[in-house]
Amino acid sequence: MNLPDALTLSYRTVVSYRLRAVLILLAMALGVAAVVVLTALGDGARRFVVNQFASLGTNLIIVLPGRAETSGGFPGALTGQTPRDLTLDDAASIEGLRGVKRYAPLNVGASEISFGGRLREVNVLGSTADLIPIRHMRLAQGRFTAGGGPNPAEILLGATLARELFPAGDAMGQRVRLSDRRFRVAGVLAPQGESMGFNTDEIAIIPIDHAQSLFNTQTLFRILVEAQSRSAIEPVKASIRNTITLRHDGEEDITVITQDAVLSTFDRIFRALTFAVSGIAAISLAVAGILVMNVMLVAVSQRTAEIGLLKALGATRKDIKRLFLMETLWLALAGAAVGIALGYLGSLGLRLAYPQLPAYPPAWASLAAIATAFLTGMVASLLPASRAARLNPVLALSRR
Amino acid sequence: MITLSELSRIFTMGDQEVRALNRVNLQIDQGEYLSVMGPSGSGKSTLLNIIGLLDQPSSGTYLLENRDVTALSEAEQAKVRRERIGFIFQAFHLVPRLTAAENIELPLILEGLPPAERQARVAAALEQTDLVERAHHRPAELSGGQRQRVAIARATILKPAVLLADEPTGNLDHKTGAEVVELLEKLHHEGTTVIVVTHDRELGARAHRRIQMRDGEIVEDTSPKSQERRFAPSST
Repeated sequence: MNLPDALTLSYRTVVSYRLRAVLILLAMALGVAAVVVLTALGDGARRFVVNQFASLGTNLIIVLPGRAETSGGFPGALTGQTPRDLTLDDAASIEGLRGVKRYAPLNVGASEISFGGRLREVNVLGSTADLIPIRHMRLAQGRFTAGGGPNPAEILLGATLARELFPAGDAMGQRVRLSDRRFRVAGVLAPQGESMGFNTDEIAIIPIDHAQSLFNTQTLFRILVEAQSRSAIEPVKASIRNTITLRHDGEEDITVITQDAVLSTFDRIFRALTFAVSGIAAISLAVAGILVMNVMLVAVSQRTAEIGLLKALGATRKDIKRLFLMETLWLALAGAAVGIALGYLGSLGLRLAYPQLPAYPPAWASLAAIATAFLTGMVASLLPASRAARLNPVLALSRR
Repeated sequence: MITLSELSRIFTMGDQEVRALNRVNLQIDQGEYLSVMGPSGSGKSTLLNIIGLLDQPSSGTYLLENRDVTALSEAEQAKVRRERIGFIFQAFHLVPRLTAAENIELPLILEGLPPAERQARVAAALEQTDLVERAHHRPAELSGGQRQRVAIARATILKPAVLLADEPTGNLDHKTGAEVVELLEKLHHEGTTVIVVTHDRELGARAHRRIQMRDGEIVEDTSPKSQERRFAPSST
């Protein structure tokens, strides 16, 4: 018997037992759909978290003053030294390092901002122009040009802040008062919302030199560094540590952390979670497989006479085995197709219900679901098919 | 063409041995029309199943067209069944979800013939068995006589050397039974060896050679070739 003929013949059998076909197909489809939806959910959660981190910046390295020790108190406790300040000059020394794309020194403080009769509390970031691209912020209006040296007294306003101070939307070029100093509004940030508990719509940004004099400090809160690529992160981290240690008389009194390390940990956790969840979903496919086996065993005993007839007509054991295997093949394929469709529909539903969650089923999950459905079907029908193939034709034909 | 020598078939039922065939010797020539009669349990169906390669003898040899077919592999036996042997059953054994034409096509599909050739052969077979108008009906929509004609068309579509009929008229009334017998005899006239197992004396008597069986042995054979076994004692 040819393969196409076997396929046609088994297809005809499948469609002629409609209820049986629909039930098996449904079981298969639900299993596949469960795998697809749950992996979409898991992967969506992973992407959600990764996106949250990525919105803080890409290939980000953060330099903090002070050494985070796990033992022995803080450095210099015995020698009477305190950690050295992290200064603007330290920040400038990073600029030329190999693999550094850009850097931004950062000071943070709270102040009062006022315009006309309106006044409110505001968190102020002092930095340079490179902060904007490093932190993936965007300007809705104007520009920010602050460098490391002396800068004009300019200020960037967060979207909400700008709207509150200037309800008419005419913030650009106005002079606002921050504490007792006056700043010209050089730009307004585009609305970005909250990320990792920090709302960029509520802040104001001023040049680093003004921030340091406003808050009366020489110490930087931290330095943000963006590496040129993911692979440059580790070397840059090491060279920053070396450079600043040298500048600090050989004392390693800074802490360098990478957002990447945190990110990849979360990434790993969520991937594992996705696998676990899809593994649980795959159990439903196994259950579907048992159903298939049961139904096929019933089919074999129902069609005993027919199997005997095929043998009398000259079908080999292989032919008969093949016919039964192909019956489940059709059911598994149809079930997988319907299941994928259901799964994508379900994922779409998830995305509509939770727009923040990018619940797209990953391609590997769909492929794995199809392969599992296929394999389950084959394995489950192996026993019934070989039982059919081994039937004694004389007994099979004598049964009515 | 068919030579059975010292052929036995022993079934074990519990701790009891049943000799369905007991050292049967039989020689059947090309083109013979032979009936096998005898009471239930006399071994006539077993004989038919062994000739049709559906069953294996416990001992003895079976030569089909000078070949010891019992020694063949399962796949080779299937091929012999497909190409050299045609079966007709009392219960017709049509596949209920396939049309008359598709049932007739089954052996051609098993043989692996290309669709175009299959169509031509099925059309010819339908013509020959007077089933052209019923070609696209399923077995449930056919009368008993039509079903058996479909079964005969299916059994003979690959031009087998021997046609084995097990009570071919058992499920039919007298008139349609006669039509089926007529068709079988037509095939015999065209050169096919026909072996009919039946309880029906009238049908049995139509055959040119008549074999009587009892308790797994041939007790009467009208063939001149096995005269010496005529009225043989019932136990050896």
